[in-house]
Parts: sequence; C-alpha cells; structure tokens
Amino acid sequence: MAELSATPPKTEDRPSALREFWFYFSENRGAVMGLWVFAAFVFCAAFAPLLAPYDPTEQFRNHILQPPAWQQGGSWAFPLGTDPLGRDMLSRLIMGSRYSFFVGIVVVCVAVTGGVIVGLLSGFAPKWVDTMIMRVMDIILSFPSLLLALVLVAILGPSLTNAMIAIAIVFQPHYVRLTRASVLSERQKDYVTSARVAGASKARLMFKTVLPNCLAPIIVQAALSFSTAILDAAALGFLGMGAQPPTPEWGTMLAEAREFILRAWWVVTFPGLAILVTVLAINLMGDGLRDALDPKLKRS
Amino acid sequence: MFGYFLTRLGMFIPTFLGVTLISFMFIRVLPGDPIIVMAGERGMTEERYQELVEKLGFDKPVLQQYWDYLTGVMQGDLGESFVTKKPVWDEFFALFPATMELSICAMIFAVALGLPAGVIAAVNRGKFFDRALMSSALVGYSMPIFWWALLLIIVFSGNLGWTPVSGRIDLLYYFPDVTGFMLIDSLLSGQEGAFKSAVRHLILPTIVLGTIPLAVIARQTRSAMLEVLGEDYIRTARAKGLSPSRINGLHALRNALIPVITVIGLSVGTLLAGAILTETIFSWPGIGKWMVDSIFRRDYPVVQGGLLMIAVIVMLVNLLVDVLYGVINPKIRRR
Repeated sequence: MAELSATPPKTEDRPSALREFWFYFSENRGAVMGLWVFAAFVFCAAFAPLLAPYDPTEQFRNHILQPPAWQQGGSWAFPLGTDPLGRDMLSRLIMGSRYSFFVGIVVVCVAVTGGVIVGLLSGFAPKWVDTMIMRVMDIILSFPSLLLALVLVAILGPSLTNAMIAIAIVFQPHYVRLTRASVLSERQKDYVTSARVAGASKARLMFKTVLPNCLAPIIVQAALSFSTAILDAAALGFLGMGAQPPTPEWGTMLAEAREFILRAWWVVTFPGLAILVTVLAINLMGDGLRDALDPKLKRS
Repeated sequence: MFGYFLTRLGMFIPTFLGVTLISFMFIRVLPGDPIIVMAGERGMTEERYQELVEKLGFDKPVLQQYWDYLTGVMQGDLGESFVTKKPVWDEFFALFPATMELSICAMIFAVALGLPAGVIAAVNRGKFFDRALMSSALVGYSMPIFWWALLLIIVFSGNLGWTPVSGRIDLLYYFPDVTGFMLIDSLLSGQEGAFKSAVRHLILPTIVLGTIPLAVIARQTRSAMLEVLGEDYIRTARAKGLSPSRINGLHALRNALIPVITVIGLSVGTLLAGAILTETIFSWPGIGKWMVDSIFRRDYPVVQGGLLMIAVIVMLVNLLVDVLYGVINPKIRRR
C-alpha cells in the first residue's frame, strides 16, 4: 500500500508553465521591448503625482506656449514646454497616463467578464438561446465601433466614465464570439465528457473544466483591446465626447491644442506621441503573447 | 450555392430588424423628453409641443410606433432634420458621395501599397525588408489617426504649403453636381485646374484614412502568403523550375488573396469609423462630419437615421463579402 501513495518520479525536463511561456515570449524581441515600455507606462500611471513636477492644472501665466527646453526660448523648468494656458506639458502627460491606463483596465475587465460569461452561456445553452445571443452580437457588430460609442456617449452624456461604458459595450461581442467558438470546440473533447459522466454540475463544467482551456485566445484579445480602448477613448476625447477639459487626458489635450498646430508644434506632438508609443508597446506585447500562447504558431 | 446564399440572407433579415430596433430605441432612451431637448433653451409653446408629440408619434403605443418607424424606413422615410427641416434620407444621399469618394481613394491607397508590401515581406521572410515593413505596419496599425492627420497638416500644409487644410475643392471653382464625386465632376466641368485642386484636397485625407487598412492589409497579406508558400504545390512548382516571380505572383498570391479579400471587405466598418475622425479634422463634407455635427447640435433624427444607414451599409457589404467568399472558395458553401 505504501508504494501506491508514494509520489511519482519527478519529470525534471518539463519546465513550469510560466517558464515555458517566458521562453517563447522572450524569443520575440519586440514583445520584450513592448513589455518594458508598458512597465514604464504602468509605473508612470501608478506614481504620477510623485513624478509630475507640477500640478497638471496649475497655470503659469508668464510662461504661455513656452517651447521645449532644447529649443530657443525654452527652459528646463518646463522640459516639454507649456500649453496655451501655461500649464506644464510634462506634468499633464504624466497625469494623462493614469487616465489611459484606467480606461484600458476598466474597459478590458468589463468587456472580458461580460463577454466570457455570455459566451460560455451561449456555448452551453440550447440552440435557440445560442442563436439569439449570436444574432444580438451580430447586430452590435454591424455598427462601426467608434460610431456606436459616439452615439452611446451622446445618449449618456459626454464624460470619461460614459466613454468607458460605451467602449466596453462595443467590445463585448468580440469576447462572446471568441469564447463561444473555443467552448464549442472544447465541449467535444473527451475530458469534458468524462467530467460530465463523473457528475460535474453545469456551472462546474463551464467555469472549472472548460473555461481554463479557452483562456489563451481571450488573453491575447484582451491585450489587443487594451490598446484599442486607449485609442478609442482618446478619439472620443478628441471629438469632445470623452474626458472633458481641463482633464489631462491625451485625446482631450490634442483637441484643446488643435488651433495651435501651426504655431506650437509641441502641444500637438507630445500627447499624440504618448498615445502612439503606449498603443504600439501594447500591440507588440500582444503579438508576443499570441506567439507564446497559441500552440499552432509555436516553433513555426 | 443558392442554398448558401439563402442561409446567409436568412441571417441578414433578423440582424436588419435588430438594427432598426436599436436606432428606433435611440431617440426614446435619451434622458429627459426628446422634444424638450430639441427645443433647446428657447423652450416652446404648449401647442407646438402637442403638435410635435403628434408628428413624432409619441402619443401612440410603443409597438405601433415601431411598426410605423419600420414601414417608414422601408419606404425611405427617416424623418426630418430638426435643424435644416430637410428629409434625413435626402441629406444622407447628398453627402454620401463625398464619404464614398474618400473611402474608395483610401482603399485604393491601402491596397496598392499594402499588397506589394505584404508580398515582399513574405518572400524576404526574416530579412531586413520584412522587419522594416512589418515594424512600419505595426506602427501604422497603432496610429491614433486624428493625431497623424494633425502631424501631416503641420508638415505638408504648414511647413511645406503643398496641400490645403480643409474642404474638397478651392472656392474658386464652381460647377454643377453631376455624380457627387468631386474628381469626376471637376473633370466633366472642363475648368482648368479644377481637377488638380480636387486631387490636392484629397491627398491628406486619403493617406490618413488609408493608414490603418494599409497596415492591416500588409500584415494579412504577409501571413497569408507565408501560409501558402509552405504548401506542397509551391514546392512542386519550384521543382518544375518555374521562376520565383511566377511562383510568387501567380501561384502563391492568387490563393493568398482569398483571406485578404475578406479583410478588405471587412475594413468597410473601419473606414466608416475612421471617416468620422478624418472628415471632422479636414472639414470634409461627408456623412462622418455630418454625424458628429448632428450629435453636437442634438439633431436626433439625423443621428438616428445616419446610424441606421451606416449600419445597413456595413451589413450589406459584409453580406456581399460573404457571398463573394462563397464564390471564390467552394469549401465554404458546401457546409
């Protein structure tokens, strides 16, 4: 009897899941670079009040539209210059990272939670419920996402919170479809049948048995929609339908700076550059995640 | 094939009804009384209020209202704009050619550069060209296009003075609207310099709107090409001694095009969403700008009608793409 309870011999060749993941992820140099930039972005967002040299809404009336430090007329007191109201660009950009990060996190969490639950239900429900859910998702998908978000914000009223709600609703169908597709292919497999025969409840089957095996594509999609959420929120802010001035949200900053584009290049360039770099880093990371998590692409 | 078409059409109808339901609900879920909102700060008399309630049908049961709305939509009646008092349907079709012209040019730009870029990247896989092209594609894909537009304006309109900043054509030129497409109309008018002016106005908006589709098409072409290049029949073609350009161009690209065509078709939604931003920045008188302006003016019938029309266009294009896909790829329609 004692022999039976003995632990099986360890297979030392097999690395842990995390190590394996890192092995494939780090093969993609762009992804690792993206990860570093993203880490810097998160750091900025977390410690923004400590990092920003000034209050982002403080107006230095004597330093209106001062160019960046390296240009004629600039000073190191305002390294990236000041905006038309004399506010420090650097401080506003650093504070802005908070809003973008917040938008990304909230949108992805809401969209993933809702989408995964509906997708699981759709995959396990009777055919007519499934058909109905998928038709509803088709309807949402027939509206261009930005347009639908814009109209939703018009209904709810322009603010950052409403922009986030709108974007989360618009992103939902992608997760529903993705989850449903994985669930349908996993459901056929033997381990699910054996779990069912063993008497697992529906809820257990859905969340404990099937869901963990559907996660890979959902994680990749989550990374990619993090960046799309930042872009869409900035676009809404730019159109005046997202965060409202004087919030230092990057898109809103761009909208405020529009009339100065030919006079002061820095008020337009830096907020957009911040958006681009952040989105690019996240997309690079997403590509790496896909390479590392998608078994079909491994070693190809 | 006919069966496939019917199934696909069967999916279209409920989705269409759902889209009408959403746009019908739009005006009714607005916080507050839409009629009061419409009146704005001036307010309105009791009589005028009753008149509007009757005109918009708010005094009828909701189901009856939806039925009236639906039958109206089927007959091309989308209501009237609060601001201009013109039918929304007419306004939409007056502005649609401008958006279509811009979108077509953007798509041509994206395909003309994206396809060769994807093919070159795939053929030179892992080499310098591939890396450079794919890095640029990823940057393009991540681009906030509203910022990209501002940058291009700074460089090409501000510093170099090559292109105009807004509108479709210089105010100097006037000619009748024949097709609604400025490029064609300006040619037909025969006025010297009109066509050139129209082209110059189109350049920047086209680049801005085409950037994201360009990146998507380049990436998609590359991955489709890579997949096809690994197939046995390509090896056979190589073994037969066919020249690489013939293999890549004729054998590989033709099969790689199938997923690419789908992506092109599905970019229509992206284009229309991008048009909202592009048209707003370049004051392009198309439906994107019209929608944004109407949202700010609280011209709800226009927002409602525009939302519906855009969704229907996206749906029709998707339907067309699916059907075409069935024609090109016989594997699909047997299911």
